[in-house]
Amino acid sequence: MAPRRRFTLGLAGIVTAAMAAAAVAYPTKSVDYIIPFGPGGESDITARLQQPFFKTMFGQDLVVSYKPGGGGAVGWAELNNLPGDGHTIMGVNLPHIVLQPAQKKVGYTTEDLTTVYWFHFTPDAIVVKDDSPYKTLKDLIEYAKANPGKVTLSGSGKGTANHLAQVRFDKMAGIKTTYVSFAGTGPSNTALLGGQTTAAWGYTTSAAALGEKARILAVAMDKRHPKYPDVPTFKELGFDLVSGAYRGIAVPKSTPEDTRKKLSEMIGKINADPQFQKRMLDGGFAMLDIPYEKNAEFMKARSAEFIEAAKEGGILN
Amino acid sequence: MSGLEAFLAALTPLNLLLAVIGVIAGTVIGAIPGLTATMAVAVLVPFTFGMPPAPALILMGAIYTGAIYGGAYSAILLNTPGTPSAIATTLDGYPMARRGDGDLAMTLACLASVAGGLVGALALLTLAPPLSQVALAFGPVEYFWLAIFGLSLISALSEGSLLKGLAGGAFGLLISCIGVAEVSADVRLTFGSQTLIGGINVVAALIGLFCIPVLIDLVATPGRHLHVAAEPRGFRLAEAVSVLMRKKVNLLRSSVIGTIVGILPGAGGSVAGIVAYSEARRSARPGEHYGKGDPGGVIASESSNNATVGGGFIPTLVLGIPGTPPDAVILGALLVQGLRTGPSLFTEKATIVYTFIWGLIIATVLMLPIGLLLGRYAYKSIITLPKALLVPSVAFMTIIGTFAIRNSTSDVVIMIILGVIGWILGRFGFAAAPIVLGIILGPIAEQGFVQAWTIGSAQQDLVGMFFGRPISMAIIAFTVFSLASPLLMRRWRLKPEIAHVE
Repeated sequence: MAPRRRFTLGLAGIVTAAMAAAAVAYPTKSVDYIIPFGPGGESDITARLQQPFFKTMFGQDLVVSYKPGGGGAVGWAELNNLPGDGHTIMGVNLPHIVLQPAQKKVGYTTEDLTTVYWFHFTPDAIVVKDDSPYKTLKDLIEYAKANPGKVTLSGSGKGTANHLAQVRFDKMAGIKTTYVSFAGTGPSNTALLGGQTTAAWGYTTSAAALGEKARILAVAMDKRHPKYPDVPTFKELGFDLVSGAYRGIAVPKSTPEDTRKKLSEMIGKINADPQFQKRMLDGGFAMLDIPYEKNAEFMKARSAEFIEAAKEGGILN
Repeated sequence: MSGLEAFLAALTPLNLLLAVIGVIAGTVIGAIPGLTATMAVAVLVPFTFGMPPAPALILMGAIYTGAIYGGAYSAILLNTPGTPSAIATTLDGYPMARRGDGDLAMTLACLASVAGGLVGALALLTLAPPLSQVALAFGPVEYFWLAIFGLSLISALSEGSLLKGLAGGAFGLLISCIGVAEVSADVRLTFGSQTLIGGINVVAALIGLFCIPVLIDLVATPGRHLHVAAEPRGFRLAEAVSVLMRKKVNLLRSSVIGTIVGILPGAGGSVAGIVAYSEARRSARPGEHYGKGDPGGVIASESSNNATVGGGFIPTLVLGIPGTPPDAVILGALLVQGLRTGPSLFTEKATIVYTFIWGLIIATVLMLPIGLLLGRYAYKSIITLPKALLVPSVAFMTIIGTFAIRNSTSDVVIMIILGVIGWILGRFGFAAAPIVLGIILGPIAEQGFVQAWTIGSAQQDLVGMFFGRPISMAIIAFTVFSLASPLLMRRWRLKPEIAHVE
């Protein structure tokens, strides 16, 4: 790109930004960012990664607080009762916000939640211990075929993204495996490293946390993960599996349209920062950019996909 | 790098200052029921972004260890564990304070915490990589048996009426089932209530069951809250040291238990305190009266819970698996800093790791003078504050603390309801401790059982899964022994001595 053109583009960017800023004065004070889970989880970690960039870019603090309970349901059920001036935002997770209301009464419906931006996802992956006899996905499938039900896979809980992936993959590969549900990725990883289970249905992030103690057999991404250039995707191996847990930001329903758009732009700007991207990718996360305008479409597609998988897996009737 | 060089690196004025600030802030936060170590560390995380990794870690480690220690304050003075780790501290700490030995209990808690913290930190410094394997050796079935072992303590806790203790424990187990089940994601016992979907928070239950009955009794009965000696007796440091020396086996055993339980990612300070307390009680010598204000109870609980701090960092730093909930937050903060945990951390980032470990040791040592002074101040405030001021301020604190757990007013309501239930049950001789034991150990037992059953069925070897693994067998043996020992003791000892306390 010629320097001149870059300059004009940059200028255009500044002008648009200035115009948007003129349209809505936001944020005028610190923004309360509620995570509906406890501290230390991936939702918390990604929020923490955004925090310093928010402060430098927009001059206001992003204050992370927690409202755990019911796998996120307690926070989401309360979201629409919170003030809608853009200074209160909340983390949202898929498939949680689709499956929870579909399974039982949890005090909110998927449509109640105003999602603004989906900023990353953690791709599903099959992870084994470094000294596991299974070197490739094919090895594991062969063993599973010979011993139906005997392959145990630790995962982070019933109805989570990795559980759905297990259900879908079993069907695709024509195998029967046993899913062992743990209370989150931490305990699931511990069980894997301790040799309690054959492998784990985890995420690229959990593999990243384990470092050289674990190997990934395949990742459920369109293209290979930049951190793991040697790990094949399920697609390459002949299984059409692209899935994971998605994380985004939602606002109370009463938040004005302009503020929603402004917030979407801001989160997009953080997402575009190369330093932020590097930290996310190093942690095993995969970047995603679904701005406010594309949210309806995205949610529709994902909902259909997750509901179908859940029905197949017998999690939903 | 693990030696002098790192020690000196940890000794910079900035690091020392951070350690002092961390310990003070942590102690105060830990002393307030509802404000836990996890929360203290989480609140701190944004402030560490701008810092280099080592000082940031030292600050977080100091506040963490301070908070675990601070939990003893309200446990001893108000019968309310400031953090779940201090549950077992109430059992003997509060009776001590009631009879006028609160000053001694506070000083003992400080000494025991420092000693336990040092044992844990030294284990982290010298044995971290091999000890981290303990975390992996514990599978679902071991957690199940560990929880059963913890529950067996009910028999020891409920002197007088075993039946009432068991009923309390069962009530606790039921409470722990409320809400969305962690493993199966089923919604249980909510009776259609939206509020109950999030379950009953352990800390809210703790505050309700322990603190509200004390408050009600304070209002309902005349007389002072704590008995106070006619003349002020200072720290009673010499006395505390001599007690500690007499109970050095207890101190060492509890510190080791704390370190090992801290390494286990599925347990934490509360389980460590309970296990150490039960072991101390089981091996009590004639003349020691646990549950009635024996200093040994405070020593066991406080040394073990502070040992979990160092122990918990072992799997956190070596394996990337948080040993305790505050470790999970610290792990997240490390990630934001761009530090990757794992075996390579000890070689590639040795400077940071060892500076941090020495920082933790320094913070633990600093806890001695700081803790003695703060403890003295807290004790004086509680005994000099007139009831008319004490009750409202404690009540206010419990409400704020409960609300702060997850910014929820329904937790406050639940806390008060449980408090009233606890007070009524107390009138009929049901103690709070077995109920809380049920609430804490229920989920651990349930998850372990379901997972072990699933894996055992897949391997078509359920018996081998539950009874054939060496660690499980050892824990089962311990459980049987701890259940049977009161009976055996009774047979051996012809006539138990009459309690001479009070």
